[in-house]
Parts: sequence; C-alpha cells; structure tokens
Amino acid sequence: MDWLVHTEAVTQKGQISLPYRWWVGETGSRFLTALRDEGKILGNRCPSCATVYVPPRKNCGACFREIDDWLELGDEGVVTSHTVIRFPFDLHPAPVPFAYALIRLDGADTAILHVIKENLNSLRNGARVKAVFAEQRCGNILDIEFFRLI
Amino acid sequence: MEKIAIVGLAQTKFERRKPDKTYYDLVYEVTRDALEDSGLTLADIDNVITVSNDFLDGRTISSMAVGEAAGGHDKNISTVEGDGTFGAFYGAIRVLGGFRSTLVVAHSKGSEGNVSYISNALFDPIYQRPLGIESLASAALQANSYMEKFGLSEIDFAKFSVKNHGNAWNNPYAQIPLTITVQDVLSSPKLADPIKLLDCSPISDGAAAIIIADEKTAMKSAKKPVWIRGIGHCCEEYFLGDRDLADPRALRSAAKKAFEMAGISNPSREIRVAEVYDAFSYMEPLWLEGLGFCKPGGGPELLDCGVISRGGTLPVNPSGGVLSAHAVLVAGLVRLIEAALQLRGEAQGRQVEDVHRALAHGINGPCGQSHCVWVLESD
Repeated sequence: MDWLVHTEAVTQKGQISLPYRWWVGETGSRFLTALRDEGKILGNRCPSCATVYVPPRKNCGACFREIDDWLELGDEGVVTSHTVIRFPFDLHPAPVPFAYALIRLDGADTAILHVIKENLNSLRNGARVKAVFAEQRCGNILDIEFFRLI
Repeated sequence: MEKIAIVGLAQTKFERRKPDKTYYDLVYEVTRDALEDSGLTLADIDNVITVSNDFLDGRTISSMAVGEAAGGHDKNISTVEGDGTFGAFYGAIRVLGGFRSTLVVAHSKGSEGNVSYISNALFDPIYQRPLGIESLASAALQANSYMEKFGLSEIDFAKFSVKNHGNAWNNPYAQIPLTITVQDVLSSPKLADPIKLLDCSPISDGAAAIIIADEKTAMKSAKKPVWIRGIGHCCEEYFLGDRDLADPRALRSAAKKAFEMAGISNPSREIRVAEVYDAFSYMEPLWLEGLGFCKPGGGPELLDCGVISRGGTLPVNPSGGVLSAHAVLVAGLVRLIEAALQLRGEAQGRQVEDVHRALAHGINGPCGQSHCVWVLESD
C-alpha cells in the first residue's frame, strides 16, 4: 500500500508468561516421588498386553485398560534413537553440543526421552547408557540429570 | 459418499514476515479471494471453520477474533486447532451433515511469536517439556530412526530439498525457491544431526481458504468443481518413545481409509500428482512410504528413478512443498489448494499434464503423530 512507503508499520511488543502448577496425577506422583526419594525409575505394565510403560501411565492406550501393576526398572538401558543438538535455544538443558536420546530402559517396552551430555562421538543407536541422578532432587524429570554412555 | 466438492480457494504469498498485514487482514483477504474465485456470495456460505493456534496468535480462543474477517458474521463458526487439512476434514463432514457450504480458513504469522518456544509447548509439561525438546530436535530423532532402519544417508534426504526448492521457482506463492545442490544442503549449518539448515522448512507468514460445498451449490459455482472422493484420518501415540518413529503407522491407516473410500487399489498408478507435508527433507520419502507409493525405505529410490520429479509419472510437491513455505496450520490447507489447482488445470508453471486424480496430505503433532489424507478428482 502506498501510505506504508511513508508511514512506519507500527508493532506492539508483548509477552505471555503464565504461571501454572500442574497436578502430575496419582501415576505421576508415584513415579516422581520414587525418583526423588529413592533414586528409582518405576514403570507400569498393562494387564492385557503386558506392555511396560515408562513414564508410567494411567491406562494403556492400545487396550484401554487401567494399569496398576507397578515395577522397578533398571537405571540402565539402550539408545533407540538420538540426535546431537548444535543450535542454541534458551530452554535447552545444557550448552550445545549435547544430545537428545530415546532410551529403552531395561525391563521397559517404551523409550523415555532424555539427554546425553558426554562422549557424543561415541553415541550410537544400540549404545548402552546409565542414568546419572541429580544430587539435589526435587521431584521432576530432571532428577535424572542425564544419561551417560557405559 | 454424497458428492461434495472444493469450489473456491485462495492463498496468500508466503513470506518470512508480512510487516504490513495483521493475521486478521490475511484472513479477510483469503476469504474475499476464495469467495471471488468460487463465484458464490457470502449468502451461499452457511458456516465457517477457522483454523488457528492460540500460542501462535498470542491470545486465547484465537479463532473467535477472526470471525468477521472470515465472513462469519451471524453464522455458525467452529474451530479446529490443528493443521488445515484437519480443519477441511471437519468442514467436509459438516457439508455431509447437511450444511450447503463451509468456508475453511487458516492463518498464522510465525514471525510474530517464537516458534521454538511454541513447539516446546506442544510436548508434555511433566516428562518432556523441561528437557527443552521442540519440533526441530524431535524431527531429528525421527530422521535418525528412519536413516538407521533403512541405511539411508543425509544425501538421500538432501535430494528432496534440492527438488522441492527447485520446484518452488514455478510457484509464485512460495517463499524460498532456491537453486541448490546436494552439496549445498550437506554443507549448510548443522542444527540437530542429521538435520541441517537446508533440510528445514522456513518460518512463514500467510493464510489460505477453501470453500467446500454440496453438489447443488457446487453446480452453480464459477469454477470446475474439484470432487472430494476420499478422506482418511488417523492418529498414533503422543509420547515419542511409544512410537516406532521410522514406521508411519497412522499414515498407512489414514491412506488405506482414503483409498478405500475413493475406490483406489493401486495408488501409484491411479494418482497423478501428490502434495505432501514435508516440514523437513526426510519427511517426503517417509510419507511416500506411508502412503503406499513405495515399499518401506523406498522413498529415496522414487526420487532417484525420476518417478516423483516434475516430469515423472507421479510428481510430488510440484509447488515446492512445505520446505519452500511453511505457515504452520496453513501449510496443509495449501497442499489441498495446490492439488485442486492441478485438477482445475490452473497450476500455471507448476501444472502437471493430464491430472484427473490428485492426493493431498497434512500432519499434526510431533513427527507426524496424526495424518489426514485426501483424494480429489476432476470430472
């Protein structure tokens, strides 16, 4: 439009920053308190198809059955997929380069998303990794600080 | 299925930033242009579907703020928060349910917010979001799974970027036509292995609209109706670690439904042109496999043997695809519009010859969690 040649296109700055306090649910509470207090990773198993989920679920999506069969998983597992991150982003949990990986913990059928910070050159799908727990744990997913290659 | 058709369509040019247009302006312009294209008037439109995302717009119930721009004054307006193909799916269902005609309009201005923050927010706030994952990193996990499963290489994916950016030169609405080589893609900045800058779609501003009508209304529209013959829609698990990211299971299911509805038994032979949602270069070959155009892992071979190039038997993304313009939510609706333009014979420089049946595809959720597949035909 002609007038825009002579007129500044005005913009308005804003930011949405909303506080939330999410109830993590009964299932989530059990998982996160075990992580925080005992340094244990819990999963749960569908009574119909025996799929072991981590993070644990209220119900199995495929069978639509409620799950109440809990078990302790190993703190080691195998990388099923990974990516080394090289672009910076404010919300990243570590300076680049670091990696995201999907990790199937021993005893589980699903993989958990987490980060790997060291020995990135040796990182391969199929590599075995072990959880490194944070010293100060507060009941969230970062109570596992990262996974390290074994 | 009763006969329903796409009878009007419009899209904006896609740009990195449209400094002189609000998203309200964009919705108004494509609504006006789609009506003009159809030869119908607003009195012929009895309901409206708006497609928007609150985080992208930076307001809640973003859909309600564009009602007047979408011609929705005193009409029934409903909303889809998801890709435009899913908005169109809802629109089609409404026409099948008794409305005469639905206007479906999608908008987004990626330039106004921060797409990395917004895509971080699509992940679970308890188990995933605190890790800083967003759409690029999650896509890289999928690309890694896909490569490893079939022994594919970064070169295989780079070729799709070269093809689609090259095709975009024929599309005046595309944002980034590029004449590039495989080497250019490989040597572009590494972002999240194996994804590099030129493997990614751009951030875009833009809007698109279509009008879907019943047969009676379609027969009085100005343009040749584009008949909707099949639609399929399917969704898989939310958590990335629950899925085999290298197996597009939901897409196979959506495609099967759409093909059965359209009476298609051999999609490679019976579909002449396809527009698929390639937000990253690895996606086009993966989705081609899910659509049944090749065996698992065979996507790159379709490109190597020329099948999906401009002069091939099944050109894919002759528009340049999502790699060449990616207004989030709008991009799927653009796939439908591009397929419809091919069927009308109005695709100008990107027109494929002898098109009587075309496919359009959209995705929603991380790594193509859900898919919507459309089969369109001309008379």
